[in-house]
Amino acid sequence: MQRRRVLPGFGLSLGYVVTYLGLIVLLPLAALAWKASGVGLHQLLQLLSSPRTLAALRLSFGGALVAAVFNAVIGLLVAWVMTRYRFPGRRLLDAFIDLPFALPTAVAGIALTAIYAPNGWLGQWLVPLGIQIAYTPLGVMMAMVFVGFPFVVRTLQPVLEAMDRDVEEAAASLGATRLQTFMRVILPMLMPALLTGFALALARAVGEYGSVIFIAGNIPMHSEIAPLLIVEKLEQVDYAGAAALGVVMLCFSFVLLIVIARLQRWSGRWAERSA
Amino acid sequence: MTLLLSHLSRHFTDAAALDDVSLAIAPGEFLALLGSSGSGKTTLLRILAGLDYPQTGSVTWGGHDLLNMNARERKVGLVFQHYALFRHLTVTENIAFGLRVRPRHARPARAEISARVEKLLKRVQLEGYGKRFPAQLSGGQRQRVALARALAVEPELLLLDEPFGALDAQVRIALRRWLRNLHEELGLTTVFVTHDQEEALELADRVAVMNRGRIEQVGTPEAIYQQPATPFVCEFIGKVNKFELRREQDRLICGALELGADPWARRYDRAVAYIRPEHLALSASGWKAHLRHIYLAGSVAHLELALDASEQIIEVDVPSEDLLQMSLQPGAELYVEARTATVFPLLDAPGEAKPEDRRVLKPHQRA
Repeated sequence: MQRRRVLPGFGLSLGYVVTYLGLIVLLPLAALAWKASGVGLHQLLQLLSSPRTLAALRLSFGGALVAAVFNAVIGLLVAWVMTRYRFPGRRLLDAFIDLPFALPTAVAGIALTAIYAPNGWLGQWLVPLGIQIAYTPLGVMMAMVFVGFPFVVRTLQPVLEAMDRDVEEAAASLGATRLQTFMRVILPMLMPALLTGFALALARAVGEYGSVIFIAGNIPMHSEIAPLLIVEKLEQVDYAGAAALGVVMLCFSFVLLIVIARLQRWSGRWAERSA
Repeated sequence: MTLLLSHLSRHFTDAAALDDVSLAIAPGEFLALLGSSGSGKTTLLRILAGLDYPQTGSVTWGGHDLLNMNARERKVGLVFQHYALFRHLTVTENIAFGLRVRPRHARPARAEISARVEKLLKRVQLEGYGKRFPAQLSGGQRQRVALARALAVEPELLLLDEPFGALDAQVRIALRRWLRNLHEELGLTTVFVTHDQEEALELADRVAVMNRGRIEQVGTPEAIYQQPATPFVCEFIGKVNKFELRREQDRLICGALELGADPWARRYDRAVAYIRPEHLALSASGWKAHLRHIYLAGSVAHLELALDASEQIIEVDVPSEDLLQMSLQPGAELYVEARTATVFPLLDAPGEAKPEDRRVLKPHQRA
């Protein structure tokens, strides 16, 4: 039995989706994998076990995780303030949130460096206090926070707007403290959207290049990110090595995103209607 | 413990939501706050729940000042129109919420909590639904979960905000009778807000009719219906025919109709009379009228008549069986008698009535 729907065209639209994904996403990735296969297993292991590669991967993924966690917390706060309160300048502030998306990342990197470099606006005061941001992992994370910031805010805002206030009032009248109301009622309801924002911010931070390299200083074993290592290999005409490193990053990212997707599904299991 | 509300006022920036409201609610009473939207009934309920605060006035509950406690400390059960269930928690977790958030020393043991939840599930007739999420329940089931959740903390005061407003007509009627039984079983004091007069009159021990932030009348459903105290209550409750009256000598007159002797000894020149459709009857004498429409509504037929003397359109309720015997057609000439009319004197200021000088007239009472 063919079921009739209001909007037909499943076959056609699925065809488009598959073709599109194939051309835009899978084809380049396949080319990457094919190129990487030029590297022998031995060579690959050597590449991966080199301390410099490991340090770069650790900074790329570790830094991105820290930045995404930071963005999740601050993004939640910002989204909360933007949706819950009406204050003068709210719309302007709301427009500012998207600026990290609009700015060329290199510009952002240069601006951050200008501010936090030892002779920069803030750097000249922070460095004597022992807080060095530019040319350290801290600077890398700062750039990652900057570029990933809008994701969490923008994914949470519509969910917060749609959330009924009476759920909080019900919790309060049942005897929950403010902290309990937040932890047991509000946060779990926001969790699926929060994880989406977190995953987007994380993915963006892992792949970020332009803004990071300016503030990182790119000191091997200290503030060098994996994408920079790839570019370096390209400059040395080691295409296979660059591709291999790229595939490794891809696998890591894929595993991370799958884990987040599972978490997200679990945290939103209550929204599924079927018993 | 008596719940005592005295001189409550709550002003929002643009309007007064409550204007000097005083009310005493007896222990174990089932009280309905009835009014249209914007009458202040929900504001009053929210003040009782601790979700809103009045600018002036006091609320005491057996001598304790409720306004000094926040929503968390009041231990009232609160049920919302749109259920306000925690949709990320199962039915069981929803019901147990109020017990689980208690500080450790006051929290019942796990086994005790699940025993209580089981008992409540049984009470609201939802045994076996404990593992479902709210999204998997119907509206009526959700509202029963909300009720069980509110009852789990063993409140002495139950507050319901339009609890049946979002439900189908049939579910609504079944659920409200069930709620009435539950109230009697548990002996709670219950206050519920509604805009549905049928619901209020059917369920409540007493009804408080609210209008523009004030309580117009508090009384038993019977008193509200049979002896409306103000013109607003006359017009708000049930259907009513309204007549603008003038005094001529010692008689009250509407156009060419006479309603009876002036009950106020010539103190007022104008008045308004309200006559319910069922207090009008077809008869052999009385006011002459022509039939315009017949609306059959089951056991009762609503007749729309035009009075010959004033050309006013009035409604008369007649048992459907009587109507069948008369075999009336639109355009037929009829006579109408008014058995009971409630009259209020009108002051010269536009529309100002004097509710305290209410009188009941019997325009066509037979000797």
